Amino acid sequence: MSGQLNWFKGGLLLGAAFLFAVALVKPIGVSTQFVIADGIIWNLFSDTIVQENPERKTGYSSPNAYLDKSDGKYAKNIANPINYSFIFVLAMIAGAFLSSKLGGPTPSAQDRQAPQVWRQRFGENPFARYIIVFFAGILVLFGARLAGGCTSGHMMSGMMQTSLSGYLFALGAFAAAIPAAILIYKRK
Amino acid sequence: MDTLLAIILGIFFGFALQRVGANNPQNIINMLRLKDLHLMKAIFFAIGISSTLLFLLMAVGIIDSGHLSVKSSYFGVILGGALLGLGFAIAGYCPGTSLTALADGRKDALFFVGGGLVGALVYTLVYGTIEETWLFDKIAGGKVMLATGSEKFEPLLPMIPGTLLAVAIGIVFMLIAWKLPEKI
Repeated sequence: MSGQLNWFKGGLLLGAAFLFAVALVKPIGVSTQFVIADGIIWNLFSDTIVQENPERKTGYSSPNAYLDKSDGKYAKNIANPINYSFIFVLAMIAGAFLSSKLGGPTPSAQDRQAPQVWRQRFGENPFARYIIVFFAGILVLFGARLAGGCTSGHMMSGMMQTSLSGYLFALGAFAAAIPAAILIYKRK
Repeated sequence: MDTLLAIILGIFFGFALQRVGANNPQNIINMLRLKDLHLMKAIFFAIGISSTLLFLLMAVGIIDSGHLSVKSSYFGVILGGALLGLGFAIAGYCPGTSLTALADGRKDALFFVGGGLVGALVYTLVYGTIEETWLFDKIAGGKVMLATGSEKFEPLLPMIPGTLLAVAIGIVFMLIAWKLPEKI
């Protein structure tokens, strides 16, 4: 597609993003922020899900075991949405918008509903795509949270640091994804 | 200061994902069904070059090794990775690229993000019942890296100088990126 960088320039740009992030602050990660976003919404409707707790180092606790994990770290970030990791993820969307406006690849109206490979295999009805992709989203974020990270945090940031977990994650992800993609979309 | 860095680094990363074509599920699916390895080459190159420079710059003291953050290894990493991989193959989106794809006006990405919020919520609700199971049994001690170079995280291969090992792995990754065919 026009506007898309080749693997060398694109890889250089992507590598620079991961390197600058760890040099200046910490490794890039995304999937935790889906939990934080859920928590922010939950917190609007509940007085008890995030509680101030002076006995904690973070100052927060939660009756939910996951939000309470790591000394209430997630509970703290839910109570304070203006934190580094959450702003980072929102800024990613702005960065992608900037790129698309400054000559990056732009999809056609049809591509905005479903990629060509999907349309060739499953037809033009976008609603089938929307429903299936919704369930794929459930699977991906449930899996990412079970793994403790996603393609950004585990695979890219992890393997950059030579973390064992990054290699294990990539192994699990591609061992499932490659056969699944070939079965679903075929190779023709 | 942290907020400013979050904005600058986030914009940079989102820009890079869009420009390399990672927002486009067509590219992801074609990578996974081994038709078009453009993104695979970019990913190998990005990991290789960033890892090489990271360990060299840590060795000369320009990057603080205290910034490293190694995630724990446990059985759930592999199983969770596989669940993610399945959804990744179906949709052609991962958590990061589904968000940046919103900026392209991709409507299917919106449904993926909606599903993602549900999936993360389901996990938040079930975590309490699975946290004591084998899923979280550590592998090789948990928060470990292959190379030495951090004071916080144990190396798996302490007998090899960390910078040398990481640079060697980085170079192998860059060679793979270079040698992999673009189209199959």
